[in-house]
Amino acid sequence: TLRLVQELEGHSDRVWSVSWSPSGHTLASCSGDKSCRLWENLTTSPSSSTWRCQAVLEGGHTRTIRSCGWSPDGKLLATASFDATTAVWEVTGGEIENVATLEGHDNEVKSVAWNSSGTYLATCSRDKHVWIWDVQPGNEFECMSVLSGHTQDVKFVAWHPTKDILVSASYDNAIKVWAEDGDGDDWRCVQTLAEPGRGHCSTVWALAFDKDGDRLVSCSDDLTLMVWDTSADLADLSGSGQAQWKHSTTISGYHDRTVFSVHWSRVNGLIASGAADDCIRIFAENREDSSALPGESSFSMVAKKVKAHSTDVNCVQWHPTDPRILASAGDDGTIKIWEVIGDLSLVG
Amino acid sequence: MTPGLINANPVVHETKARSVRQESTDETSVDEFDALEIFEHVRDITDPEHPYSLEQLNVVSEDAIDVDDKSSHVTVTFTPTVQHCSMATVIGLCIRVKLMRCLPPRFKVDIRVAPGSHASEAAVNKQLNDKERVAAALENPHLVEMVERCLQEREG
Repeated sequence: TLRLVQELEGHSDRVWSVSWSPSGHTLASCSGDKSCRLWENLTTSPSSSTWRCQAVLEGGHTRTIRSCGWSPDGKLLATASFDATTAVWEVTGGEIENVATLEGHDNEVKSVAWNSSGTYLATCSRDKHVWIWDVQPGNEFECMSVLSGHTQDVKFVAWHPTKDILVSASYDNAIKVWAEDGDGDDWRCVQTLAEPGRGHCSTVWALAFDKDGDRLVSCSDDLTLMVWDTSADLADLSGSGQAQWKHSTTISGYHDRTVFSVHWSRVNGLIASGAADDCIRIFAENREDSSALPGESSFSMVAKKVKAHSTDVNCVQWHPTDPRILASAGDDGTIKIWEVIGDLSLVG
Repeated sequence: MTPGLINANPVVHETKARSVRQESTDETSVDEFDALEIFEHVRDITDPEHPYSLEQLNVVSEDAIDVDDKSSHVTVTFTPTVQHCSMATVIGLCIRVKLMRCLPPRFKVDIRVAPGSHASEAAVNKQLNDKERVAAALENPHLVEMVERCLQEREG
């Protein structure tokens, strides 16, 4: 089950998203109140209830901040806003400086993500496009590519944990997979995960890869999670029997309202979801499932926190190093730090 | 006929008598939310392009409101006056904003157009129930002004 470690209050509007710094030392949160807050624990133990707000990032945006994300070295925080811009903040020691504002999208920017090496930043917008920015010395960001293909708002972007492959999720119910062209100067859609009967039938809200990037989980307004086998090497685009990512399994029958967030722990292998039914759920893969066909997998719900927030749960994020710690953000304006209680070896 | 209106000559219906509620004298009883109470909140919303209320235009009715107080769930089904009403999303937004202000936050509200009542039924329903779209719309000064005008207390 989940034990509440601490409830973090300070935002004056709904909290849309949270993001752990790569070390897990800092949690960033962003809100409809147009600010971003940085939270740190006064001890070295994330499960002690000594989280404090150490900084409020204000003035960078004129509208809701929808999403935030840390660069892999933990020095830069990017924030995506409904004001059509993405801001980049340099966080060094106690100093925080707004070092760049990325303009280009026509309207609301909904999600931002850094690639694993910190060389690219991806943003997506209601304008149906995904932009890839080249991170250059001196906090310069240059647009490398504008990716078109989605027919509606793009809700979420996520990078593969080791390769330069980007996935995007949309209001058009599709997930698209983007990779660099062979000659490396442009990007293209290499696959669309939306097969009839094996794709989501409503808005896809979020995506998360597992630790090695062999699988991807998606969550949707259709009340399901879908797990995709992403082990095929899409970089091999020349072969005739072109490699494809495949639908692996659908986790259905658990969520009562829109699933806004899903996150796959890179430490304990568990999947967490946050939904408009105010619940946080945790799913574990069934290790020995005799009924499963080779290559297939199945998942069971191992924990459910009812009324995790008093209203919608907008975001869940596992701590990057501590297998027991999970953060969540809600429409109630709070952030909550949770500890998973129980024998993780049974489920992990 | 006024040019530029989507439905220039709407049919105006009689309104229902206001209900007078018998307040319970039992201090321990908890008033439950029901369809009538939700209807009272939305009946006087003004149509975006006419000086009539949503009730007068038969856009909303008590029958088309479902309330499950125990599970904190409200569904409002409304009927645009014409099949191609481009104001349908604005009307839906007005209903949503009004209920956001009147109902305790525990309530989950779904807003839909009546089946068969709109040419883009699925698209309108999807947009009205996407909270990110709603949040963005409510940061748009032009839309907010339009919604506020519809929600103003009507005279008389």
